[in-house]
Amino acid sequence: MAALFKARRALGMAVGHGVRCLSQLAELPELHQMMRQTCRDYAQKELAPIAAQLDKDHKFPAKQVKELGAMGVMAVEVPESLGGAGMDYLAYCLAVEELSRGCASTGVIVSVNNSLYLGPILKFGTEEQKKQWITPFTTGERVGCFALSEPGNGSDAGAASTLAQQEGDEWVLSGTKAWITNCWDASATVVFATTDKSLKHKGISAFLVPMPHPGLSLGKKEDKLGIRASSTANIILEDCRIPLGNMLGERGMGFKIAMQTLDSGRLGIAAQALGIAQAALDCSADYAHKRTAFGAPIGKLQAIQFKLADMALAIESARLLTWRAAMLRDAKKPFTKEAAMAKLAASEAATFVSHQAIQVLGGMGYVTDMPAERHYRDARITEIYEGTSEIQRLVIANNILKEYQQ
Amino acid sequence: MHRSSEVKHVASYLNTRGCECFGQPCESHCPVLTDRTIHVQLKTFIKIRVKPDRTGVVTDGVKHSMNPFCEIAVEEAIKLKEKKLVKEVVAVSCGPQQVQETIRTALAMGADRGIHVEVSGKDYETLGPLQVSKIFAALAKKEQADLIILGKQAIDDDCNQTGQITAALLDWPQGTFASEMTLEADKLKVVREVDGGLETIKINLPAVVTADLRLNTPRYATLPNIMKAKKKKIANVKPADLGVDVCSRLEVLKVDEPPQRQAGVKVETVDDLVGKLKEAGRV
Repeated sequence: MAALFKARRALGMAVGHGVRCLSQLAELPELHQMMRQTCRDYAQKELAPIAAQLDKDHKFPAKQVKELGAMGVMAVEVPESLGGAGMDYLAYCLAVEELSRGCASTGVIVSVNNSLYLGPILKFGTEEQKKQWITPFTTGERVGCFALSEPGNGSDAGAASTLAQQEGDEWVLSGTKAWITNCWDASATVVFATTDKSLKHKGISAFLVPMPHPGLSLGKKEDKLGIRASSTANIILEDCRIPLGNMLGERGMGFKIAMQTLDSGRLGIAAQALGIAQAALDCSADYAHKRTAFGAPIGKLQAIQFKLADMALAIESARLLTWRAAMLRDAKKPFTKEAAMAKLAASEAATFVSHQAIQVLGGMGYVTDMPAERHYRDARITEIYEGTSEIQRLVIANNILKEYQQ
Repeated sequence: MHRSSEVKHVASYLNTRGCECFGQPCESHCPVLTDRTIHVQLKTFIKIRVKPDRTGVVTDGVKHSMNPFCEIAVEEAIKLKEKKLVKEVVAVSCGPQQVQETIRTALAMGADRGIHVEVSGKDYETLGPLQVSKIFAALAKKEQADLIILGKQAIDDDCNQTGQITAALLDWPQGTFASEMTLEADKLKVVREVDGGLETIKINLPAVVTADLRLNTPRYATLPNIMKAKKKKIANVKPADLGVDVCSRLEVLKVDEPPQRQAGVKVETVDDLVGKLKEAGRV
């Protein structure tokens, strides 16, 4: 706990961006500290002890999701009037990090519900849509999912081939969506389909579809390397009919909705990656104290010390980027570049730290008796979903070039 | 004093001393604690060290948190309020500035307001059950509390005295080691965990109850409640304002770490065993 205390005292960068000054990075506000501690306690007591078993059984933590719903964590940014906790994005990132430190799968379930499902509806939904599609999804009783990727396009989101055709007072959706997190456990989804292929990405629109629903079926649950307690599968739409009122935002707005949603969503994934990395570091540092070799705890060896230092540095740097991006978003400033940097840094930190954690643990890192191997498997996906590391680099580069526009 | 049938006031007293379990597995030091509390201890990753002058343990930089039994006490008080059996829950803690964090945790769980009795420095180091009980008794009178719920003991000093002394000072009945409590009109039915099993007693209000492990499972603060906690008031009081002298009647002579575990001795036969036991003066 002492190490974590010190880790919170980060260097403050004296740049004032809106209401939340960056010197606040040095010390989180009391509210956020309390909230972080609550999530940490919950993760340590309720998630960490069952994480290995959930991973083995590929089991959705329904009970824990309901408990987190009761705590307000499944809808952190949703206003209280709609049943949420009414807190800011920084609080949400802290929550996801702490929960992921206990169980990465639970972290992504929380993140997808908050950022990818509730996020776009909160931003682009009508009052009616918010009541119908948000409030029931704040309690943990129901979770939502986000269907953008297809078997034919992931990074190339603008090439959506799922069709949405208007027939009278209904939209008819057809096509297949791939890699949808939460889908086997979800009660609704935000689906992206093209209403006009000739307009390319400007022809994509967003739709709200309840689950289960006639015309919507689920593919087989993917057998993944990590985050196994969260379900991932295809969503197959065949003559799936929904009322016209189920369109989210304006016609043709879908791509914009998707991109803006992912901008925020990637902070949730950054937070998840931080949690995984932190758990891996916890494991390594603990082992460094206990394991003796050459007559002393291995923590005394410089080789191990250098690893621990590099691991901690990677995590802390990524954490500051994540907090900064979240604070910019809360201050309603542009945050796309910072969010991409945060997700890139955090996911690469997670894979680096979990890789080194296995190294520190040696043989013990390779077996399921220790959590290091699970962190290694869980970390890998963070460099892929919600924008691959390559896409993040493109986003950052584009923003830099814009800044230096001649 | 006329007592209405509705209990108006539940004061929940919190102990916020640090977790100082001497780095040993909890079973040996605190035999009554079970898995949940042990989990909390081990996760703090802090090795408890005795101060060089052997007057106590090092508390600087050690993260302090609410005593687990006090958490259970707060939870019980809030449950009574949710059942509309009590009107107000007041969380009280004695100590330096940091205890306000712990009081806020109680507020986040659902307590209505807090009272911070400021005791710091040397006074805090020597603060023990007798002084704390005097403070609680004085506050109970001032606040006109009808029910005081505390944790049965603090896990740092394991005194298990504060509840009992407070009741005696107030001349109130006490239900200690409660694993169940039910308000029936103006009487309190308490099921107590005692060595021989469970003892059920009925006591009049006002009363003091100390919470044992199985009384309830404390809730996690919800995010909305954490936000509401910020607006709830924590009043500042000094022991002198309550007419309490916090001077300790005890002098700590020395504090030592538990003796290092010695290696055992293997013997071949039962006779050898008996012989060795006799040598060590054990039989």
